[in-house]
Amino acid sequence: MELNARIPAGPIQQKWDNHRFNLKLVNPANKRRHDIIVVGSGLAGASAAATMGELGYKVHCFCFQDSPRRAHSIAAQGGINAAKDYTNEGDSIWRLFYDTVKGGDYRAREANVYRLAQISVNIIDQCVAQGVPFARDYAGYLDNRSFGGAQVSRTFYARGQTGQQLLLGAYQALQRQVKLGNVKMYTRHEMLDLVVVDGAARGIVTRDLVTGAITSHVADAVVLATGGYSNVFYLSTNARGCNATAIWRAYKKGAGFANPCFTQIHPTAIPPHGEGQSKLTLMSESLRNDGRVWVPKTPGDKRPPNEIPESERDYYLERLYPSFGNLVPRDVASRRAKEMVDQGKGVGPSGIGVYLDFRDAIQRLGRTVIEERYGNLFDMYMNITGENPYEVPMRIYPAPHYTMGGLWVDYNLMSTIPGLHVIGEANFSDHGANRLGASALMQGLADGYFIIPLTIGDYLATARPAKLDASHPAFREAEAAVREQTRRLLSINGSRTVTEFHRELGSIMWNYCGMARTAQGLEKALDLVRDLRQQFWEDVKVPGDSGNINMELEHASRVADFLELGELMCRDALHRNESAGGHFREEYQTPEGEAKRNDEEFAYVAVWEYAGPDAPPVLHKEPLEFEYVHLAQRSYK
Amino acid sequence: MNLTLHVWRQNGPADEGRFVTYRVEGASAHMSFLEMLDHLNEQLIKKGEDPIAFDSDCREGICGMCGFMINGEPHGPLPATTVCQLHMRHYQDGDELWLEPWRAAGFPVIKDLVVDRSAFDRIIAAGGYISVRTGSAPEANSTRVPKINADAAMDAAECIACGACVAACPNASAMLFTAAKVAHLALLPQGQPERYLRVVEMVNQQDADFGHCTNHGACQNACPKAISTDYIAMLNGDLRRAKFRRPTDLD
Repeated sequence: MELNARIPAGPIQQKWDNHRFNLKLVNPANKRRHDIIVVGSGLAGASAAATMGELGYKVHCFCFQDSPRRAHSIAAQGGINAAKDYTNEGDSIWRLFYDTVKGGDYRAREANVYRLAQISVNIIDQCVAQGVPFARDYAGYLDNRSFGGAQVSRTFYARGQTGQQLLLGAYQALQRQVKLGNVKMYTRHEMLDLVVVDGAARGIVTRDLVTGAITSHVADAVVLATGGYSNVFYLSTNARGCNATAIWRAYKKGAGFANPCFTQIHPTAIPPHGEGQSKLTLMSESLRNDGRVWVPKTPGDKRPPNEIPESERDYYLERLYPSFGNLVPRDVASRRAKEMVDQGKGVGPSGIGVYLDFRDAIQRLGRTVIEERYGNLFDMYMNITGENPYEVPMRIYPAPHYTMGGLWVDYNLMSTIPGLHVIGEANFSDHGANRLGASALMQGLADGYFIIPLTIGDYLATARPAKLDASHPAFREAEAAVREQTRRLLSINGSRTVTEFHRELGSIMWNYCGMARTAQGLEKALDLVRDLRQQFWEDVKVPGDSGNINMELEHASRVADFLELGELMCRDALHRNESAGGHFREEYQTPEGEAKRNDEEFAYVAVWEYAGPDAPPVLHKEPLEFEYVHLAQRSYK
Repeated sequence: MNLTLHVWRQNGPADEGRFVTYRVEGASAHMSFLEMLDHLNEQLIKKGEDPIAFDSDCREGICGMCGFMINGEPHGPLPATTVCQLHMRHYQDGDELWLEPWRAAGFPVIKDLVVDRSAFDRIIAAGGYISVRTGSAPEANSTRVPKINADAAMDAAECIACGACVAACPNASAMLFTAAKVAHLALLPQGQPERYLRVVEMVNQQDADFGHCTNHGACQNACPKAISTDYIAMLNGDLRRAKFRRPTDLD
């Protein structure tokens, strides 16, 4: 496996401009001769499909939901970053670039991050033109707020539903192209394999989730925009359907998987309630603008929060990080919350949780202002917990939320398989070991609107894929393999449900590959996951058949992949003998308990190559060079 | 907590369908309604029975994937709440509930509680957008939007396209869904150039799959995002103006 990141030459400010000039173009009249498959219809997928359709390509877009508008980007709450500096606080492209590289604990590729910061400003322009109803001030200008890891207000938002509004903007652009005949939409379809012909990605095999039909789709290039894999933890803030199947099956066809252990545990989710819980609900990071995080000073203090006097409260983030206070980055806030709970200072009936308190903000600003800023989040909290956060502090606890790891891509967002492009959360490129809040929406739209529509042309013009149809043996073989796996899952007829296996995998991953990891724990997890995978294939019970809607079958096929991916995550976490961002190895920490990197040995992207079902994957390294940002111990004090 | 559920079971569009009664045992008050159904499905699977098919995805009330009738009410009894956000503490031990899919000709049943809502995508495709090419947008702050308009546009734009409005309507009309998008875009300066063309195209498309609006207002009560029927009035105003304009005015 060769890792050529194809980073353009020249000063970082000019790399993207130079590259755009150097990219080969496809003549407008020739674009309609190229079929492109886009899998996924979230921010990255929908914006890519719409824009490529608009350019004239014949786009085929797939999603497993009943409409492209439901992809999980829709649930993003807080906002989207852009280096507009409308607030006159001294923000700039350079500062957003710098904050993102630092926030990622120096494990991201500089050139990609700089490009992301450059494009951020165009995204806001584009979305406003589409009619995205961003929050505005009384003069009618766009409003901003702050997010973690930044000391400027650069986050644009639409109440607590920014992801929804951005996705609807992209979805509407997509539907316009559907109407014009440039994009064909395949809803309730799941990609179950990637087809590689003569070393290049040439199509996919899908299952129609309504009829069960297994079908091949041929194209000149394939774009995966299938999101992240937090559901490997079973309980996460992701939607129930989010899965790793598309990227995992691409990995097994030769795409390198980068930094699988870099996962983000978000600090502010509603704590789990117990049995039967199907998912965790996020409370936006934007709440930390006005909410203060605290625990009782005395372990085991079970008094109701309003009876604990000021002097007996520990506002530990403000105490430990005076300059960033409650707005430290996510990895730091999560780790400190875990530490408080581990010390017995956790709150709520289970003792798993810390307070996020709005009392002072309500006193200072009045209830109306708080309601306007966070009303829908407060309502959601009240619905779920039955408690009123205007009167008692919210209880929050960290939850798996985002995965920085993903398929390795070069500067053109192409994976190690020529023709296979990966965008949005599904790739690894921009967030290093920890993503800053409000940067996922930015990356998804940068990739989809402004990068892939250009770089894909370069691939098509250079590679000139030969004409092909689905009768090619590679498609026949891939279809047969998909049918065989479906048959196998349905024929086991064991004693345990898919959910039972998924829940058990989640608990292994959470305990040993979650917020804090040790070599010993990871070794143990590797054994446990392998063992569980073996039991799954012997004892899982999948009811029904494959000729109708069968949600258990869909879930089983996804869990089968999570059971393999979980092992790779543990393996990656075990090999990385350092702490960086969301990857916290207890053996490697500073005296203050912060993540301690080892730049001498680990300033690289770990890229894993599949080597068959019985052989360990092969590790490749893409060294990270920092020419512009000075490597330093991250400090938010 | 124990419950009796009468659930609409229909094995595919061609099947006639029927209510089947289930006894749910050991549900907890902390569970969401869908978690209670998960719990029942786990028991059905263990017994070798076909689990109840229902749609859901984000389970935080924003994706619009979930939704069915509980005792004749879309998304159940709570105002402005999707069924995934409805928690069992609102029910009592021994309650008897009837679960049905959305009832509307525009939403054919696929299986059990799962329906086909692709007609909504067709309404948006008919004109529910601003036709801006990627890359041709002006500087974002060059377009000012009065806060009151931006807020009203956002109120409309919150629609999650779940279909509760259609299910609640005696005419099975999708006018609230259509009006929410028409109003969202008509309230913004960016939406003006296509405003009248858009409303005509979208209403024509809604009429192809759904009934007409006769101002019952049941949609507003059922809407999990509490979208107001005022937007339907606004749509009607725009539609009337559009019909009286000469073709050259429709710019």
